[in-house]
Amino acid sequence: MTAVLELEEVTKHYGADPPIPALQGVTFGVGAGELLAVLGPSGSGKSTLLHLMGTLERPTSGRVAITGLDVAELADRELAAVRATRIGFVFQQFFLAEHSSVLDNVADGLLYAGVAAAERREQAAHALTAVGLGARLKARPPQLSGGERQRVAIARALVGAPAIVLADEPTGNLDSTTGEQIMALIEELNGNGATIVVITHEHAIAARCPRRVQLLDGRVISDTVS
Amino acid sequence: MLTELDSPRLSLPDLARVASVGLRTRRARAALSALGIAIGVAAIVAVLGLSSSSQAGLLAEIDRLGTNLLTVTNGQTLFGQTAELPLAAPGMIRRIGPVKQVQYTGSTSANVYRSPYIPAVNTNGLAVQAASIGLPHAVRTTVAQGVYLNAATAREPVAVLGAQAASLLGIDRIYPGERVWLGSMWFYLAGILKPAVLAPEIDDSVLVGFPAAERWLGLDGHPTTIYVRSVTGQTAAVQSVLAATADPGAPNEVDVSQPSAALTARADAQGALNSLFLGLGAVSLLVGAVGVANIMLIGVLERRSEIGLRRSLGATKGQIRTQFLAEAILLSLLGGAAGAVAGAISTILYAHIKHWSAVVPVTAWAGGLAAAILIGAIAGLLPAIRAAQLSPTEALRTV
Repeated sequence: MTAVLELEEVTKHYGADPPIPALQGVTFGVGAGELLAVLGPSGSGKSTLLHLMGTLERPTSGRVAITGLDVAELADRELAAVRATRIGFVFQQFFLAEHSSVLDNVADGLLYAGVAAAERREQAAHALTAVGLGARLKARPPQLSGGERQRVAIARALVGAPAIVLADEPTGNLDSTTGEQIMALIEELNGNGATIVVITHEHAIAARCPRRVQLLDGRVISDTVS
Repeated sequence: MLTELDSPRLSLPDLARVASVGLRTRRARAALSALGIAIGVAAIVAVLGLSSSSQAGLLAEIDRLGTNLLTVTNGQTLFGQTAELPLAAPGMIRRIGPVKQVQYTGSTSANVYRSPYIPAVNTNGLAVQAASIGLPHAVRTTVAQGVYLNAATAREPVAVLGAQAASLLGIDRIYPGERVWLGSMWFYLAGILKPAVLAPEIDDSVLVGFPAAERWLGLDGHPTTIYVRSVTGQTAAVQSVLAATADPGAPNEVDVSQPSAALTARADAQGALNSLFLGLGAVSLLVGAVGVANIMLIGVLERRSEIGLRRSLGATKGQIRTQFLAEAILLSLLGGAAGAVAGAISTILYAHIKHWSAVVPVTAWAGGLAAAILIGAIAGLLPAIRAAQLSPTEALRTV
């Protein structure tokens, strides 16, 4: 199994005097095709880890590599290109453009990847079909339920077939039944080959993932595979 | 898909779509913030358009009236007394080759009143002049009411009123038997003239025939103003010989002028007042720029999550900067376009009312739009830099 994401002794401090440690000595890797949960209570460093994995921030020390590319060796522009082509994000708050159609929202997932407009829409339609919204391409987000909106956001993360999808509390804004359905979708997509990291504070959600990395106070306290 | 790690530029349609997101989602706000720019550009376009149109109107008027009219008036002697044009002057001038028409007036010392009961001091400043039969045609005016003098009425106590004289005497129509007290007797009214733009001195005069003036008003027959129409293109040549022809004995006592020159000068001077209004337009543009900058800064704060999302989708700082800069320019340009249209419409309407041909100079509307683009770029610069410098993790942090 090739490593899509590698973290080696990753440390992140905020502020300068005195520095507040958010992550300390985190080391783990994510292989292609894995479905992995990062589990931890609030304040354990989950969000910081997400930002580091998503190349939105650089570590204070240690090594972060996406598909073998070391974040420390890349310029900001190159990191943007990494995000555009190799990383997909799913957020708790969905972050959909309410005035644009579902299709355009998903197509915008490829906006910064240098894909032509017609091609973007075609791929977006495929991705929406894959998440079960093939019949609602023209709908606008306010016309959709919470679960459907998260499906749109997942389709947007998947549309460029990125090397890794980072889902930050994907069920956090949903009721438990809808959350179940979203997790079922994530499992299905993983079954089709997508590498997905789910960041959550809910044990029930984490329990559905084959591998769980548990964080507490900025350190990995367990890394279990069931 | 990119094989190398290089962020591609957004295509122009993509940039236009991304730049219009803020305007499409907050229409009322966008419209209001573009209003300042619109008013500024409208003011500039309208001011330049109106002055060009009025200039065009004036030039058309000059064209209609002709630039080939020259007037010869009696000047002053070396000792400061009023000179007298020779009796033969009109006949002499008529013999100059390129002269087409010669008409003349002679001043009398008579005053004119509605009736003998008006106090003698209430002259209204009106002059009584003897006039030749073809005078209206030479100065390009016609009668508004009644008829002008003819060979028969020129010998009788009959008068024609200039436009201004008629209004000062309170006479606005001609009816049989209507008369005015002129000198010390009644004169019957034949007609009222329209304003003579090239010879305003006729407007406040009451005109009678030369024979009548000599018989009843004591005129000695000397002309005081001679109106000369020359062949167009030879006007300067005629002008140069007029004084010597009119009074070969004392050409320095003759004043020669070209009335259309004053109108042409007025047309050239049209732009003088513009700078004031252009200044007001510029102030409005400045206020508009502050409005756009303000609304863009608020937009950046409100749209943090959008900025964070775009960064996570792979937008570079430069692409975020370009997006907000383009949005400010677009906003300003839309305001400028609306203003240019409004300015052009008001110019066309006003020109229509004034019977001018509407002229909206290219420099006015193109300059207005260029100013709007420049203002948008300047106003959007700071907000765009702010947006680009927002760290993606900061932007994604909600609440």
